[in-house]
Amino acid sequence: MKPVIEIKNLTKDYMLGSQKVHALRGVDLSIHEGEFVAIMGASGSGKSTLMNIIGCLDEMTSGTYLLDDTDVSSLKPDQYADIRNQKIGFVFQSFNLLARTTALENVELPLLYDRSHRIENAKKKALECLDMVGLTERAHHEPNQLSGGQQQRVAIARSLVNEPAILLADEPTGNLDSRTSVDVMKLFQELNNQGITIVLVTHEPDISLYAKRKVVLLDGRIVKDEVVTKRLNANEELKRLKEVDDEVA
Amino acid sequence: MKWLNILKVSLLSIMKNKMRSFLTSLGIIIGVCSVIVMVGVGRGSSKQIEQNIQSMGTNMIIVGNARFRFRGVSSSDRNELSFDDVEFLQENGKNFTDISANVRTSAQVVANGNNINTSIEGVEPPYLNIRKWEIETGTMFTDRDVTSKKKVCLLGQTVIEELYGDSGIDPVGSRIRIRNTPFKVIGTLKEKGENQMGHDQDDLILMPVTTALYRLKGGTSLDQIYISANSAEVVDQAIAEVEQLMLRAHEQADLENADFWVRSQSELTDMMTSTADTMTALLAAIAGVSLIVGGIGIMNIMLVSVTERTREIGIRLSVGARGKDVMMQFLTESIVLSMIGGITGILLAFGLIFILNNYAGLPAVAEPKIITISFLFAGFVGVFFGWYPARKASRLNPIDALRYE
Repeated sequence: MKPVIEIKNLTKDYMLGSQKVHALRGVDLSIHEGEFVAIMGASGSGKSTLMNIIGCLDEMTSGTYLLDDTDVSSLKPDQYADIRNQKIGFVFQSFNLLARTTALENVELPLLYDRSHRIENAKKKALECLDMVGLTERAHHEPNQLSGGQQQRVAIARSLVNEPAILLADEPTGNLDSRTSVDVMKLFQELNNQGITIVLVTHEPDISLYAKRKVVLLDGRIVKDEVVTKRLNANEELKRLKEVDDEVA
Repeated sequence: MKWLNILKVSLLSIMKNKMRSFLTSLGIIIGVCSVIVMVGVGRGSSKQIEQNIQSMGTNMIIVGNARFRFRGVSSSDRNELSFDDVEFLQENGKNFTDISANVRTSAQVVANGNNINTSIEGVEPPYLNIRKWEIETGTMFTDRDVTSKKKVCLLGQTVIEELYGDSGIDPVGSRIRIRNTPFKVIGTLKEKGENQMGHDQDDLILMPVTTALYRLKGGTSLDQIYISANSAEVVDQAIAEVEQLMLRAHEQADLENADFWVRSQSELTDMMTSTADTMTALLAAIAGVSLIVGGIGIMNIMLVSVTERTREIGIRLSVGARGKDVMMQFLTESIVLSMIGGITGILLAFGLIFILNNYAGLPAVAEPKIITISFLFAGFVGVFFGWYPARKASRLNPIDALRYE
């Protein structure tokens, strides 16, 4: 299988006041189609920086980065915008939905900026994506009328609408309770089963267990890269939680 | 990003913040409205002044006999105005066509058993046009009547009042005696009121110049020649032309010692309208300042809006909006806001001008030129004051924008 992401010797420095911070000190990472990778690490380990660079939100200092066979090491800002628009779906910790804008309009948003016009009927496509995350009936609700879990699912639908090569999730469960977190992880696992490549940043070890592969960062370097052995199935986990609830009741 | 999409995004954003949008536009609304109304009022009063003066004939030029000369030459080289002069001016004038010989006298008039003394003016048909006189009833006499020295006349309203009063007799068609000569009344003149010197302009009788000269006054010389320049713009040229032609006709060396004088009312007009124009310019300038203040208001709100909507910008950038898209969105918003403000301001101005005209008795005109200019200026204000905030928005870094709380 061909790699979707191929990163070699990636470094990232930035200035914090007068001090130079080495956020990433030479990262090598290959992610193949259909993988489900969890990037772990303590805060300050550089995992968010890595995520931003993978997501073309931030520029790297040195190294090479091939995304879906495109060399994105030396692109101009507009080209970065196009890559974000066409190859990447982003899910954030704080959902980042537009306020006072319906779920449907939020999901349509990336297609508004699509210059390639790959997707003909934006509205139809957006409704399909909302259907994938099980929110068809909520299409015309605004974010403040939705629960946190529902908002995050709208955000996931939005990240899928442009048929990206890869779905990036930055602490997607950080603002959710544990039950809803499992809900969202179930959705990720289903999407991954359909063949969507997912990279997930989290600091919660149990969340990483839903992924297939775990990469651990420490001080800007990858210190562990392994297959998740005791992988959790979100569906079964939900059933188990329900049983626990029933027992308590 | 397609134009339509940008417009859609901008309009949605404006609609979602109705109150903010309204307050943003308010400055432009007031600015545009006040420019149009202020200029309208200025132009209105200036037009009124012009009309006042034009009622006396703005383009009017009068040639008269210089009777009193203190440092004159001997009286032998003095000529009185004559029909030859009128003909000469008529043939050679380029900037005027309406010209009328004029003879004045006063006479005792008897009709309907009443007896009054009034002034008689012997004129030619173009005189009505030159003086902006209008016929109330009946008709003006013709050139043929002038040639044949016909005994016909037109009466001013004061004369009618004094001769016929409440008798209910229609003066037109009736006969009157002027210095014992019978005349037929063929028309009446519209009321003109007092002139600027307080003289009653309606206390007169008009008749063919030849009739007045040969049948009433006697002699051969004219009192005055009335001329109307073809338009207000060529009055000065017309005056110069008349002066030159008259110097030639009377074989005079210079104007100062000439045996005639030339006067016009254009100087008075100039002075009065220029005062009104200065007022208009002043009012427009004050109103223009408020338009600029309105523009600064837009910039202010847009800048606040960029900060307030940093997160929205971050979201748009993260899903693939280019900096240019964000810039266009904000610029379009500010242009749309100022255009809406401009249109509302124009409508409001129409309403105000209507009220001023109909209820406040203040003449105001909605000038299409000013409306166009102020609307375009509103649009320009939108671009000018929207550009900086829009650029600021487009230069945000997506990560910083997303992290913004």
